[in-house]
Amino acid sequence: MSAMFPWRRLLVWSAMAAVMIVAPLVFTQGFAVSMLSQMGIAIIFALSYNMLLGQTGMLSFGHAVYFGLGAFFAAHALNAIGANTLGWPVSLLPLIGGAAGLVFGVIFGYITTKHSGTPFAMISLGIAEMVAACSLMFPSFFGGEGGISTDRVVGNPVMGVDFGPSIQVYYLIAAWCFVCMIAMFALTQTPLGRMANAVRDNPERARFVGYNPTRVRFFMLSLAGFFAGIAGALEVINFGNVLLMAFIGGIGHFYGPIIGAVLVTFLQSALSNYTQAWLLYFGLFFLVMILFAPGGIASLLTLHKPAVQTRTFGRLLLPYAGAAAAAAILMLGLVALVEMLYHLETKAEQVGTVMSLFGRQMDTATAQPWIVAAGILLVGGVLLVFVARFVRAGWGHVTVAVNRAKGI
Amino acid sequence: MEFFLVTLLNSLSYGLLLFMLSSGLTLIFSMMGVLNFAHASFYMLGAYFAYQTSTYVGFWPALVIAPLVVAGLGALTERYGLRTVHKYGHVAELLFTFGLAYIIEEVVHLIWGRAPVPYRIPEILDFSAFSIFSTQYPAYRVFMMLISVAMLVALYLVLTRTRIGMIIQASLSHPDMVQALGHNVPTVFMLVFAGGAALAGLAGVIGGNAFVTEPGMAVSVGTIVFVVVVFGGMGSLAGAFIASLIIGAVQTFSVAFDYSLLSLFGTIGIKVNTESGWMELWKVTIAQAAPVLPYLLMVAMLIVRPKGLMGTREG
Repeated sequence: MSAMFPWRRLLVWSAMAAVMIVAPLVFTQGFAVSMLSQMGIAIIFALSYNMLLGQTGMLSFGHAVYFGLGAFFAAHALNAIGANTLGWPVSLLPLIGGAAGLVFGVIFGYITTKHSGTPFAMISLGIAEMVAACSLMFPSFFGGEGGISTDRVVGNPVMGVDFGPSIQVYYLIAAWCFVCMIAMFALTQTPLGRMANAVRDNPERARFVGYNPTRVRFFMLSLAGFFAGIAGALEVINFGNVLLMAFIGGIGHFYGPIIGAVLVTFLQSALSNYTQAWLLYFGLFFLVMILFAPGGIASLLTLHKPAVQTRTFGRLLLPYAGAAAAAAILMLGLVALVEMLYHLETKAEQVGTVMSLFGRQMDTATAQPWIVAAGILLVGGVLLVFVARFVRAGWGHVTVAVNRAKGI
Repeated sequence: MEFFLVTLLNSLSYGLLLFMLSSGLTLIFSMMGVLNFAHASFYMLGAYFAYQTSTYVGFWPALVIAPLVVAGLGALTERYGLRTVHKYGHVAELLFTFGLAYIIEEVVHLIWGRAPVPYRIPEILDFSAFSIFSTQYPAYRVFMMLISVAMLVALYLVLTRTRIGMIIQASLSHPDMVQALGHNVPTVFMLVFAGGAALAGLAGVIGGNAFVTEPGMAVSVGTIVFVVVVFGGMGSLAGAFIASLIIGAVQTFSVAFDYSLLSLFGTIGIKVNTESGWMELWKVTIAQAAPVLPYLLMVAMLIVRPKGLMGTREG
């Protein structure tokens, strides 16, 4: 980093703030605002998760613990504000959730961060199960199966803002989201953030430099708990799966989880309207990403940077279009099969075996649609294997151009 | 006494079942360093396949067919899934098995629905084997124990007495040397993965009808198996065996006890302020706390001895 003022970074952040302010004015439908709010919460949660997975190399299956506990403490605080036993502005409620997340991050972090790698992942899963089991044991705090309910319109309105309309809630979430994003980005620039990367890449060397990897992991986990708690508290005011979000977006980049959070939240709301099998599609998407693009969407973007710089991106366009067409055919067959199977299993008894799919009527009890769908799937698969060769050839051109630009 | 003996037998059969799962998981972990999150999903698939096969050809063929099918799936998983992501490191491998577990659960939802399926104990085994005082002990539980013990003995003999067992053991510690001696180590890995999956599948076949066959069974058993493996020590078969029996006993016994801290205070004569906020904690009975106990045991073990009961490596 040079000593110059980081104009570019300022530009990126300002653009992001502008998008967050303008978004609800552009997408004005009722569900859009709540979806945007969800995205804001998901961004904080996914970024806090990436503090563990992406920056410190800790695969945690228990991060929802801090989100959930933050949410419960915030809910109780909100009810206390409503009952006038606690004087605290609603807009600062996330701090209470964050504090709860921090405290539990310290407690559980002390136990879990003695391990790393696979044992850490397993233990975090065990802790998550333990907390989940505990939540049913203490119904007066957790509200048992039904949970606890809250009313967000409490406390004195500040300048006419009482958080009744959902647009006010959105702007509260957006503000917190922005602040948290900056805080978490700033954290990556601190010595602690740098050491976290070192611990991720080579804990032994980090120890030689004089830092205790366990302590670095512990600090990162506690702070991640803090941010997860903030996200949980916002969830209370507003009314998932964070690993998928962070991973699909790309854990190797700071912006990756933001992309993932926005995309996954959008897919969740959009897909679940159309199909009940969306969780399956989601899982398949996740698996394909791990197999073929383990760096996530963010890494796919940075992968193409040299191609754009050497002006050879055009070479890739045609193969990509072909691959996209083949993948679309493959997906058409797959979706048809899954939807027919789903219809036959769950709805056939009530509405009969005939269903409409992609605007066509078909009888799932006969063999014909199954054969057609399987045929489409097969054709798509063969085409994809065939087109992959051209993609590879296109990348060959790009590599040659990049090497020439480097003077090799 | 009667209660104690019956519960002891139940906990033994459950513990042996847990070991069938944790042994495969441990073998796979110590060999490839991969924690297979989909291991309990193979257990679930074993139960569902057995249910489906038994509706066509009956229970006994299913006992053989279902584990073999699961073994085939395991081999495919290793060959085309794990081996592909291996180059991206352990986290990617772990995430792959996690995603696989997720998909298997969704596929089970899709094919068999969300409700439990009526996978029942075969009629020929549906009688009481013997009676302890006044309790009739079901023959199926005895059958489960027999199958588990037979499996254990077979596993032990294969690992210690056969040529392939020797190669497997050698590949655990010195894969490069074994490769240099002309053995195909990746194939050995695939075999071990398939074998572990088959064990899990077999556990599903005999466990699915003793308990409930439903889509949530993978998650509920899976986390317990992880607790067993951490408690026993990562990568130690003996540790996994002892831990399976202990965790099995803890889970089986704890649901039957109705004592709470309040009753303990009552016995030793401490007066408790019934208005205090701690009252809820004092009132929790052991039976109510049963789901948490295995995890508490695990956390306690991690604090006292981070490498587990018989573990050799830490972290």
